[in-house]
This record gives sequence, C-alpha cells and structure tokens, in this order.
Amino acid sequence: MNQIGIEPPLGPKGSSPAEHDGAGRRVRPYAITSGRTRPLGGDLPVEALVQRTAMGGRALPTAHLERRRILELTAEPLAVAEVSALLRLHLGVTAVLLGDLVAEDLVIVYLPPAASASRVDLVLLERVLQGLRSL
Amino acid sequence: MTEAVPTLAPPIPVKIIVAGGFAVGKTTFVAAVSEIEPLSTEAPLTQMSRGVDDHGRRSTKTATTVAMDFGRITLGADLVLYLFGTPGQGRFQFMWDDLVRGAIGAVVLVDSERLAESFAAVDYFERLGMAFVVAVNTFDGIAAHHLADVRDALALGPGVPLSYCDARDRPSAHQTLIALVQHAVALATA
Repeated sequence: MNQIGIEPPLGPKGSSPAEHDGAGRRVRPYAITSGRTRPLGGDLPVEALVQRTAMGGRALPTAHLERRRILELTAEPLAVAEVSALLRLHLGVTAVLLGDLVAEDLVIVYLPPAASASRVDLVLLERVLQGLRSL
Repeated sequence: MTEAVPTLAPPIPVKIIVAGGFAVGKTTFVAAVSEIEPLSTEAPLTQMSRGVDDHGRRSTKTATTVAMDFGRITLGADLVLYLFGTPGQGRFQFMWDDLVRGAIGAVVLVDSERLAESFAAVDYFERLGMAFVVAVNTFDGIAAHHLADVRDALALGPGVPLSYCDARDRPSAHQTLIALVQHAVALATA
C-alpha cells in the first residue's frame, strides 16, 4: 500500500537490484522479457481486457511459465491490471508479455472505448450510472 | 493469421480513479465496493521530486514503481467498472497521466484531520479538467470539520460535489461513486 518500490532496472546505469516479489523468488523484472520494456503495439491501458483466442487455447498445453499462466487466466476476459496482479508481475512486464502474445494471435486485447477519446461518451456514462444505481 | 473473435462480445471496461493523500482510506474505499478482494500491482510511474535533491539538481524526473490497489464492479453482462487507487503523495508528485487517461472521473478522498494530504490530488484533477468529487472520510462517523470549511480549505469551486463518506461502508462508498458519475454526466451535458 502506497509505498514506493524499487526503480525499474533499465536506468542508464542498469544496475538496480533484483526485485523481490514476496513469494521468495528473486528475478530482475524485465529478465523474462529479454530486457524489453515497451510492449509491441504501444502502451496498454490498465483496464483493457485480455482474452485468449482459439489459437491461444490450443497453444496452452505447450506454453511455458508466464505465457502459460496468461493463457490459463484469460479464458474469460480479464483486465491487464488483473493479469499483472494475479501473475505478480510488474505492469510493464505484463504489457510486454501481452504484446508478444497479441503479435502471435494467441490473445486479443479489447481496448476501452475511451482510450482514443478525451472523454467518456454520454451514452456510456449513463449506462454506468444506471448500472451503479441498480446494484 | 487471425483467429475468429470469440462469439460472445466482451464487456466494455470503464474506470474510476480513487485518489487522495497517504492513509486517507483509498484501499478501504475500493474494498468496500469491489466485488473481488482488491488486487495490487506494481505500476510504473513518473515521479517529480520537488526542490533540490542530494546531488544539487533541481526538479528531477525519475521513473519509479509503486504499488497500486484496484477493484472491480460488474455492471451487467456487457459493462465492467474498475476502481484504481492512485499511489503517491507527500513530497513526491507522481504523474498519473497514463493511469487516469480515459477515466470517467475521480473520487478524491479527504481526511478532515489532514486536509493538506489531499491538496495535490485536488490540484491534479482540476488542472486535468477531469470530473471529480471530494468525499470527506468520516472514519467513525466523526467529521472534524463542516463541509463548508472543507470547501474553503481545499479552495473547491462551487460546482465540485462535496460530501461525507464512510469509506468502510459499502452503501456510503457506493453513493459516492453514483455522485461522481452523476457529476460526469452533468459536465458532459453542460
């Protein structure tokens, strides 16, 4: 909660400490992405939904580690932030992994409607309001 | 080759930001209304340090990683609302732009005993022109200040909705979310 964590390891010096994820495992956050910090295809909004494709479902049995976990988790649409939290991976690392899976057609990312607009449109706002009121 | 898209249309994701100073009840608020146990993720943020740092440089901008809590409310088969608690306060000023882009708006939580903790959040959403409401977390039902005094202290314009809220109480937090979306609708139709 609210504490400041470590800096990402790809500063100019490249000498930040390895991350401790609380589960007893120590790994440099971007080691599993071969050092890449930008996802293929640009930044992902944290609320964008991710779902595996049919091809992703077929690739699951032979996928490894984080890729396998993502394919397992995304049978139903799940937000990028949820994937990150459930995998206990930094959001940036998650975005890079998802970018690869998208490029291979193993997952689809559904961008939120507001990602391309400056404001959420009125029709959607009213649906959200109606949804909240009927809870 | 692209596979066929799954036949059932995915829900539309929307988000609301829950902001405010340190220990003001952001996570409590998210937990009160979320249908899942709040999750936490490590998010990259840009941080502006204020003043002069140890190396004598001014206003340095650095990338940092902060824990961000969030929750989810399903609003029907085709609509899902995410609530993101914004990390960062005190002497660090975080750049939340990537996180808040596309949000419906923000709930700025205020601890009436420590109003100054939430100045930065109020400033931020004002400058951004994003819809926001201010909710004074009453904790044990005790408010240390009248709302009019809080409005003055935070220099809130008359158009910014301000109310009490018990962040632990689901109906109270839920009502605050409704007030925010109502405000966003009002701004969109103005």
